[in-house]
Amino acid sequence: MTTLPKKGIFNRPEKPYVHPYLGGVVLGIVLFLSLFLTGNGLGSSGATIRLVAFAEDQVAPSHVDQTPYLLKLAGGDKDPLDDWILPVFFGALLGGFTSGWVFGRLKFVTTKGPNISNRTRWLMAFLGGTIFLYGARMARGCTSGQALTGGATLAAGSWLIMFAIFAGAYALAYFIRKLWN
Amino acid sequence: MNFPLESFLAVSASNPWTYVVFGLIGFAFGFTLEMSGFGDSRKLAAQFYFTEMTVLKVMFTAIVVTLVLLFGAVGLGILDFGQVWVNPTYLASGILGGLIMGVGFIVGGFCPTTSLASASTGKIDGMFFVLGGFFGAFLFGETEQYFTNWYNNAGYLGRLTLDQVFGIPMGVVVLLVVLMALFMFWGAEQLERIFGKKDLSKEPKLRIASAAALLAAAVFVVVIGSPSLEDKYNKLTFHREVEGLQVTYTADDMLANRLVFITPAEAFKSKYNQAMKPVYLDVRSEADYNLYHIEDAVNVPLDRLTEVIPVLLSEPPANTVFILMSNDETAAIEAWKTLVASSVPNVYILEGGVNNWIAFFGADDESLQPAPQASDDQLKFIFPAALGDRYESCSPSPIEYENLEFVSKIKLELKRDKSGGGCG
Repeated sequence: MTTLPKKGIFNRPEKPYVHPYLGGVVLGIVLFLSLFLTGNGLGSSGATIRLVAFAEDQVAPSHVDQTPYLLKLAGGDKDPLDDWILPVFFGALLGGFTSGWVFGRLKFVTTKGPNISNRTRWLMAFLGGTIFLYGARMARGCTSGQALTGGATLAAGSWLIMFAIFAGAYALAYFIRKLWN
Repeated sequence: MNFPLESFLAVSASNPWTYVVFGLIGFAFGFTLEMSGFGDSRKLAAQFYFTEMTVLKVMFTAIVVTLVLLFGAVGLGILDFGQVWVNPTYLASGILGGLIMGVGFIVGGFCPTTSLASASTGKIDGMFFVLGGFFGAFLFGETEQYFTNWYNNAGYLGRLTLDQVFGIPMGVVVLLVVLMALFMFWGAEQLERIFGKKDLSKEPKLRIASAAALLAAAVFVVVIGSPSLEDKYNKLTFHREVEGLQVTYTADDMLANRLVFITPAEAFKSKYNQAMKPVYLDVRSEADYNLYHIEDAVNVPLDRLTEVIPVLLSEPPANTVFILMSNDETAAIEAWKTLVASSVPNVYILEGGVNNWIAFFGADDESLQPAPQASDDQLKFIFPAALGDRYESCSPSPIEYENLEFVSKIKLELKRDKSGGGCG
């Protein structure tokens, strides 16, 4: 890295992605270390709901105290942000940024299929995020918390969830192929 | 040293530095996802059109690498699997939630953590996904009340792992998953060749050698097996403060020093103690239970105890205290050994069992007559009828017994609220 000319954090020469199997091995070691040291796996969608609960608690604390699901997270004097998943969430943001920086991928772009406009892609991304997180809260975890972590600890329910995620996506993929191809 | 480290299992706020470690784990997680290409939604969506199987390859490689390392460590006895978070199984909400996630995946092009890696590198669609995610989580929080009963109960099976489902050893499951993954990798490469027009001869040869190494490691996990309940029991340590000093006891020491036996008075009073939530587990036969049992006691005959361990382990509030009882103590001690070896926290035994309870609270109940010939761990009273918990002494009056003196043995061991291995 020392031989590179200084170009700031943007516009660095873009490097290719690592080989999928290598990425998987590194991810596996990270997940193992997490389980081995802390007894907990990886995740992020739990942080999303905790941030939402925190925001709602600032605006309407009495509403939080009357909503059973939010009550468990932020009821009374409970601090929804006092949880291990928050540092993991913000750590992941920082880690993603750092990787993008190191490999020269920091750029304001929209990744999309060739036949749709940026606006359509943004709308679909927002909609997909909404649907995904709704499902993730229902299943008590997303691809990281259930499929990856639960898969690696042989949790029976997590394996079903993993298959359900792939089933849902494959079942719909054909009908919305215009979005991506 | 035992893993996971104790400081991580305690309440996080008591060890603020643990947040730094979680932050580092998150950092490595985000870094790995970005470097594997998951910041680009096209790469993720391609999975579902068979043109590029990166998602499957990365995910399953990660799963099998973790599996082999994790259960290798468990088999070698350095990691206590009972302390590792295993997502509890909820069949109904899990499957429906999974299908919904699949829809969100193909529509939005990300999953939650990959959208973080994407947004943090400036991808605008990634940012929209993250925003949509907040809205989706908000909607769930607001609507959960309309199906809360279904959400919390439908198909609930507790801490259930695949080896229990199929009735085969953990190591064999690991080997089977590794074999399945290798087969899937082979299939994925064929699909990429056909649909993605990819030239497989350019793929690194090292992957074949790595697959062989992985398979060998999985076979090793099968060979070393997993530690028996007895091994785990012998490795247990308990901490108690004696005259200002921290003393470490083995499980047998705890029994020999009577540190896990609580008097009927303490067992009764714990019900009115705000700090804890006692669960009375009656391990006698159903017949004895029907004759007489204390109020709120749950009947789990000793030979069926292992069936309820998944539920005891998964989601009780952290301040749950399990109080075991048999007629005397023999069966309760057996049950205690099984539960603590299975990593169930805060387990105690009713001193002298149900007989002692009756002697203490039911001494002036004339309908209960002593049975002089009773042998060990049998009821020492004769009951006029199988009234269950309808004898007066089954539910002593909190007013009459307001002032009970006892030496408190319960030392609440508060574990961090593991509200979710991944996502809560």
